[in-house]
Amino acid sequence: MSRTASYRWFAEHEFRLAWRDLYGMMSGNRPGRGKRIFIVSLIISLGLHLLAWAALKSTIAHGITSDVPTLLMVSGFLLLPVSLMASQAMESITRAFYTRSDLELILASPAPATKLFAVRMVAIALTTATLTLLVTAPAINVLALTDNAGWWFAYPVVFAFGMMATSFAILLTMGLFTIIGPSKTRLAAQIVAAVVGAGFVIGIQLVAIISIGSISRLQLLQSDFLLARAPEISSSWWLPAMGAMGDGVSAMTLFVIGVLVFAATLVMTAGSYGKVVLKAASIDLASGPKKQSKVAFRKMSAAAMLRRKEWKLLRRDKWLMSQTLMQLLYLIPPAFMLWHSFGQGSSMTMVIVPVIVMAAGQLAGGLSWLAISGEDAPELVTTAPVSAGQVVRAKVEAILISVSFVAAPLILAIALLSVHSALIAVVCVAASVISATAIQLWFKAQARRSNFRRRQTSSRVATMAEAFSSILWAGTAAIWIVGSWAAVIVALLVLAILAFTWWMSPARQSQMPMTDSI
Amino acid sequence: MTHSALSIRNLSKTYTRPAVSDLNLEIKAGEFYALLGPNGAGKTTTLKMVAGLLQADKGDIHIFGHNAKTDPLGAKQITAWVPDEPMIYDRLTPLEYLEFVAGLWEVPGDLAAKHAEEILDTLGLEPHAHERCEGFSKGMRQKVALAGALIHDPKLIILDEPLTGLDAGSARMVKDVLLKRVDDGCTVILTTHILEVAERMAQRIGVIAEGRLVCEGTLAELRAANTTGKSGEQSLEEIFLDVVDRSKEQNQEVAA
Repeated sequence: MSRTASYRWFAEHEFRLAWRDLYGMMSGNRPGRGKRIFIVSLIISLGLHLLAWAALKSTIAHGITSDVPTLLMVSGFLLLPVSLMASQAMESITRAFYTRSDLELILASPAPATKLFAVRMVAIALTTATLTLLVTAPAINVLALTDNAGWWFAYPVVFAFGMMATSFAILLTMGLFTIIGPSKTRLAAQIVAAVVGAGFVIGIQLVAIISIGSISRLQLLQSDFLLARAPEISSSWWLPAMGAMGDGVSAMTLFVIGVLVFAATLVMTAGSYGKVVLKAASIDLASGPKKQSKVAFRKMSAAAMLRRKEWKLLRRDKWLMSQTLMQLLYLIPPAFMLWHSFGQGSSMTMVIVPVIVMAAGQLAGGLSWLAISGEDAPELVTTAPVSAGQVVRAKVEAILISVSFVAAPLILAIALLSVHSALIAVVCVAASVISATAIQLWFKAQARRSNFRRRQTSSRVATMAEAFSSILWAGTAAIWIVGSWAAVIVALLVLAILAFTWWMSPARQSQMPMTDSI
Repeated sequence: MTHSALSIRNLSKTYTRPAVSDLNLEIKAGEFYALLGPNGAGKTTTLKMVAGLLQADKGDIHIFGHNAKTDPLGAKQITAWVPDEPMIYDRLTPLEYLEFVAGLWEVPGDLAAKHAEEILDTLGLEPHAHERCEGFSKGMRQKVALAGALIHDPKLIILDEPLTGLDAGSARMVKDVLLKRVDDGCTVILTTHILEVAERMAQRIGVIAEGRLVCEGTLAELRAANTTGKSGEQSLEEIFLDVVDRSKEQNQEVAA
């Protein structure tokens, strides 16, 4: 058999593409940054290990035994990323089905599509597990180095979960494809991925609220409520936790199960990959919906027309829903807690308000990117007889109104518990939303709207600043509600971060008013 | 006082190397003008500066008397720009797109509705008026972009390679629409690599090379100015290649 079109050949091709993609993401598509990326990665990794050590040192000092409370805690931390892995895998699989890029070339060649499918699915499983390990590896390494070398067995356990999560994602996506067809699967799979990703975390939080009256997952895992319901220590439910804690037989059993499940899934589904891709390709050739939408050429200011266009496009954006759904889903537990704690005083608002502030900031960041950077007809808007300032104002207004639409009902509900907390929520939500929008304005980089999923890769500074500002405004809200002056310090810290972000931004560096580039 | 449709004085723009150098251009109202040049000659940069998409380093641009630098909104109000790659909204229908463009130019509603109906009909887009643009071919997208450029009845239409990628029927349709507009008094400036289009449609032709206007005139004037001793009437292609080659040689001599 010739070397070309073999599994190994496909794997090498995929690995090269994936490596260049990853390098491009980390370097911001600027060449010659390998050494810098390596040093920064090393520093971040050391930092994460230090953090893990700081968090675990007292637990390790007390000694870790394989009793039910510990197994319960380890199981909780192992299962938490599984739903996220399944979500991540589902998104990657959907992309593998629908992204054209090299598929037409490969499918037009005599190379068998099944091999390409198998290689791509293995790559997805490995990537998914590796992404989880990026976060969990520091804790595993610290435990293995300071407690018991058996903790290294957590690695095969995570890989086993990665393979099982990917198998679940493949079957679910293929199932959707068969049941609802190619045109609806693209959107449905994204929504299901968001629900699956957030589902486990939200589920645990809801159980925590009902059972122990707290939103904290950690408190639930340590609670008598859960301990009373935990299985016996001899139960096979503890297989993953036992494996991760150093029981080699349990770890390898789980790994073999993972490999078998994954291999069986590939055998079942690989044969239909070619057909699936061809069906997915045919939907791009079809025109959009022919439903007669109401078009009224009526007198409207240019700004009003711009706002209207933004809302229309946001409403019709297939990817926006899936990309922001997870953020919105995370609002369910605080909303539920609001309802659950109704009449129990205002203390609960300290937990709920920060979640709303953070979610609003992140939602605003996404919407701002779509409206500002993801303008699909920038030349049309620039050549229109509307000032750049007017265009920016209209876009910002569209974003603010959209976020208000989501946040306002929750803030109103908070007002029924505590007017003081509701006012703080209004101020901090506004600050968080304005900060996220400003960052997107400073870092505007023209892009196709369809690149929304990868918007974070355009600027690391903007991504980090957006995340920090929403987290810190959430922190400001929490501390303010408690009545501590420390809130001022946190707020000043956010402002300092924003000032630094502005200083780093292309808008300042080009020495042009940001509105000129819109 | 009658103004030129477009008056460009000493226009310059430099990226890493000069893209446009001291360019002077005068285009009369109601004229069909073709701007030709090899790849990288500065055609698109020039037109983008006229449309307000790029800032000039130096020089003045007047559109029907409106200074594009000091009165950009006045200039934009009467201008339309059609890029080579049609930039439209995939999630809007052609009719919704026209509604949006009409809103940006603040065209009165009833007039915009009437224009939209006429333009969609003329460009053969009427059957697709309520379909979202996401599945449209390049030709259809180009026609939607052109429809957007016409909805506010501009006095100056600037088109960058408008016929690239269009099938024969669509190209003919676009050419007819543009000629009709010129008949109605509108000024059209287009860049094209299809010299036959310039030869047949343009009243005047300008050739730009390395950011400078190297020759300009009607086809007859260009032929007269470019006598090479060959027998028979020269085609625009021959004139174009001669002019560009000569310009290159002159620049090399100056550089040497």
